[in-house]
Amino acid sequence: MDAGPAHVSGTAGHAPAHPEPMSFWRKYVFSTDHKMIGMQYMFTGIVMGLLGGLMAYAFRMQLTFPGEAVPGVGVVTPNLYNALVTNHGSIMIFWFAMPVLIAGFGNFLIPLMIGCDDMAFPRINRLSYQIFFLSAVVILVSLVVPGGGFGGAWTAYPPLSASAAYNHTPLGAPLWLLAVALEFVAFLLGGINFVTTVMNARAPGMGIWEIPIVVWMIIVASILFMASVGPLIAGAVLLLLDQVVGTQFFDPRAGGDPLLWQHLFWFFGHPEVYVVLLPALGMTAEVMAVFARKKLFAYKIILYSVFATGVLSFVVWAHHQFVAGIDPRMAHVFTVTTLLISIPIAEVTFAYIATLWGASIEFRTPMLWALSFVAEFMIGGVTGIFLGASATDIYLHDSYFVVAHFHYTFFPIAVIGFFTGFTYWFPKMFGRMMNETLGKIHFWGTIIAVNFVFIPMFITGIAGDHRRIYTYQLFSQLATDGLGRLRLVSTLGLIVMLLFQLVFVVNLIVSLVAGRRAERNPWRANTLEWVAPSPPPHGNFAEMPTVYRGPYEYSVPGRREDYWPQNVPA
Amino acid sequence: MIAYLVPQASSYAGHIDWLFTLILVTVGFWFLLAEGAFFWLCFRFRRRDGVAGQYVTGTRKEEKRWISWPHYLVIACDVVLIVATVYVWLEVKQNIPPADERVRIVAQQWAWVFVHAGADGKLGTPDDIVTVDELHVQLDRVYQFELMSKDVLHSFSVPVFRLKQDAVPGRTISGWFKPTQRGRFDIQCAEICGLGHALMPGHVVIESQEEHQAWMRAQRT
Amino acid sequence: MAHIPLAATRSVTGIPAGRLAMWWVLASEIVIFGGLLASYVMLRLQHPEWGDEAAHTSTVAGAFNTFVLLTSSLFAVLGHRAAEHGDGPRAARFLWMTVGGGAVFMLVKAFEYTSEITHGYTLFRSVFWGFYFTTTGLHGLHVVAGMVAMGLVAVGARRGQRLHRVELVGIYWHFVDVVWIFLFPLLYLAK
Repeated sequence: MDAGPAHVSGTAGHAPAHPEPMSFWRKYVFSTDHKMIGMQYMFTGIVMGLLGGLMAYAFRMQLTFPGEAVPGVGVVTPNLYNALVTNHGSIMIFWFAMPVLIAGFGNFLIPLMIGCDDMAFPRINRLSYQIFFLSAVVILVSLVVPGGGFGGAWTAYPPLSASAAYNHTPLGAPLWLLAVALEFVAFLLGGINFVTTVMNARAPGMGIWEIPIVVWMIIVASILFMASVGPLIAGAVLLLLDQVVGTQFFDPRAGGDPLLWQHLFWFFGHPEVYVVLLPALGMTAEVMAVFARKKLFAYKIILYSVFATGVLSFVVWAHHQFVAGIDPRMAHVFTVTTLLISIPIAEVTFAYIATLWGASIEFRTPMLWALSFVAEFMIGGVTGIFLGASATDIYLHDSYFVVAHFHYTFFPIAVIGFFTGFTYWFPKMFGRMMNETLGKIHFWGTIIAVNFVFIPMFITGIAGDHRRIYTYQLFSQLATDGLGRLRLVSTLGLIVMLLFQLVFVVNLIVSLVAGRRAERNPWRANTLEWVAPSPPPHGNFAEMPTVYRGPYEYSVPGRREDYWPQNVPA
Repeated sequence: MIAYLVPQASSYAGHIDWLFTLILVTVGFWFLLAEGAFFWLCFRFRRRDGVAGQYVTGTRKEEKRWISWPHYLVIACDVVLIVATVYVWLEVKQNIPPADERVRIVAQQWAWVFVHAGADGKLGTPDDIVTVDELHVQLDRVYQFELMSKDVLHSFSVPVFRLKQDAVPGRTISGWFKPTQRGRFDIQCAEICGLGHALMPGHVVIESQEEHQAWMRAQRT
Repeated sequence: MAHIPLAATRSVTGIPAGRLAMWWVLASEIVIFGGLLASYVMLRLQHPEWGDEAAHTSTVAGAFNTFVLLTSSLFAVLGHRAAEHGDGPRAARFLWMTVGGGAVFMLVKAFEYTSEITHGYTLFRSVFWGFYFTTTGLHGLHVVAGMVAMGLVAVGARRGQRLHRVELVGIYWHFVDVVWIFLFPLLYLAK
């Protein structure tokens, strides 16, 4: 008789073996192993991210050379342009940043870093990926249906998004919305596993302050996501009904309110940026500690600041709506909260910089990425102040200044964060080392190029370039040679940056196939994932570890080694 | 700083530009300080043979000071910026001065329609002057606008005025401006409104009193 | 049979993993329904004339359904008690009674909707009805999903299997109940 799982409080144990060989389908496609699911999310995310990058290539080429056929794409019409811009944003956030940073790394790392054998609910985990995969298929289908892909921006404001009479994409619009809704459901399911497993399945000796910071960050991100996405799911139901059935929730002619959608969207939209920021911050911290051979500076202050940011993130949303037609008095509330939220983030930045004091820094590829995260994100952070201040936002709203600001936050989060984590944990994931030279070439090419893409946009934005415009030819103040040259610099920077990603792809393939075999702990790090073999087998650890200290005991005075793994007894 | 790139043609443009410069100086200071410290530390504490890392927890008072003092200074800067932005916002968006003239602005897919009062001085009567895509205004006159949309969200944006206001269907939203420089400048739609979003540029034509009155007379015939 | 990982059996917090998971699901659902209801309330405050539309919801049906759901929740609690004492068949009986309550609820709902629609109060008549049908419809879907889940648990419970799931499905059912406790005043009583 089965009475359900016994309630065993934190005992170490042995990972059960899976003696029977598994078919290809059970091992790779329908796996319930957290590591395989993490890989599935990771690689789906990488493919979608590359697609999102190619979309940027297409619309940048149209903007820079208006009316000319884009090599490899053809002529970009206004509807195609709007669809490209819309889906570039949606794909990068929902099908690249989130799956890679949260579901990819989260799934792979969490059980390993807390010292257990899998997630608490492996089959729900598998289901979450399947729903996510479905959402990716739906968004791709939405691009090729008759009428074309949805072109109302990733923010999908009604009435444009609610009625095909306005948007001319009767199939694309609801499919886009359905894809986003499915993605939300997938991540809500994923959150079940992250939070339950970290709360309950930690190795004996791992109290809450011994949890590695990247795990904490993913947990807080999951909670932020869950607490903020509900109203938007509600809004999506209403919008889908408007689109497909003809209700009028957002139609002012029938008593609906377009601004309702905006509030529902941004109530989620603002915490969402922290949902993706936190895992990237976490990975950066892990890598910095290891390659600086130093304890994280003020680990608890970092965590408290992150909690404060999470809470504050729920009361800043209307800074996206300063000129949207909200009561002007509301702007004062939101400009205060928005400018104040810069404080905990500044705190975290200072703590990260302070971690370098007294360090012994090794500039390996993962560390280059981690350091560049800090340097580049600061640009995004300070430029946010111009937008958080209500009066300057009047001028800068919907301009390329905003685009530059959020790319200086999102690019470090999604792209630099991804490469930081991927180059660092590659040996653990695949049992091989990546090529260091190719890694450095890829790094420098990408980082230098990306600044050429986005710095000019600050200038063109201040000069008046507004967003989601497929050609500036009709605007006398914008169709100037000077601005044209700046736009060209951005586009050329993008092309160079995309080309350098080939170096990464080559490195990836060569390393997977013929990279030097990785030892168990090539970076001499303290956290538990480095105790398992590279790559870890099903069940992760031959014997479940016990934890004796925090994760950042590097360069401890009086010890022979400059690191002290969490599982080594005192 | 904005003025280097875009002329100031309204009475409050200079104030928004001033705020921009204030923010620039403030964040510029922090940015240079933080990046400078960051790069210096990367260089100073690169790995050298025989030199081990130090065990610094950041929990001791002398260590915490290095982040708590900057932290308090950041708060002080934030307070200054908050006061400044509230001040400018009140002027631009809340304290609408008595109007010398009212103009109605109707946004639609994909054009701008401007309505001035005709000879009877009242908006909404048959003798109103209606123009499409071109807004004629007079120098140094306070205009109050009533912004509307016929269909989807649009946004009335005049960079040289530093003016921007979304047009929401089902609402009439008020704002104001006072032109301070003659010339012909761009009007943009700053909220994606469909296929023709880039195809609805407008122009604001700011004229002297004589020029403007001549134009009005010509419209009435 | 699927192998249960060590991760599912450990419990640093002392709370079983299944219960934590169910609370998480509830939290997500509360934010979804909360968003929907908050939107309704915000718009309703802007449209006092919706009171005239709301006058046509059947307070009697709503009140009866409230009683039905509360009673069915009671059966779910009794089922949990039985499961805690290890009495699978008794727990299953109570679960089926809860399912029955859900069925009565949906039947009353069916009558309500039919009556409203045939009298012309459809989704399209006013945004009030849009909210009415959307929120009660979404809630109804959750009732049906709960009935299905409860039935599956009852089948297992009768054989004495997985009795811990009786509590979990009961928690879910209480949530369905609580959402209705908010819907009833907002859509039926506020006239």
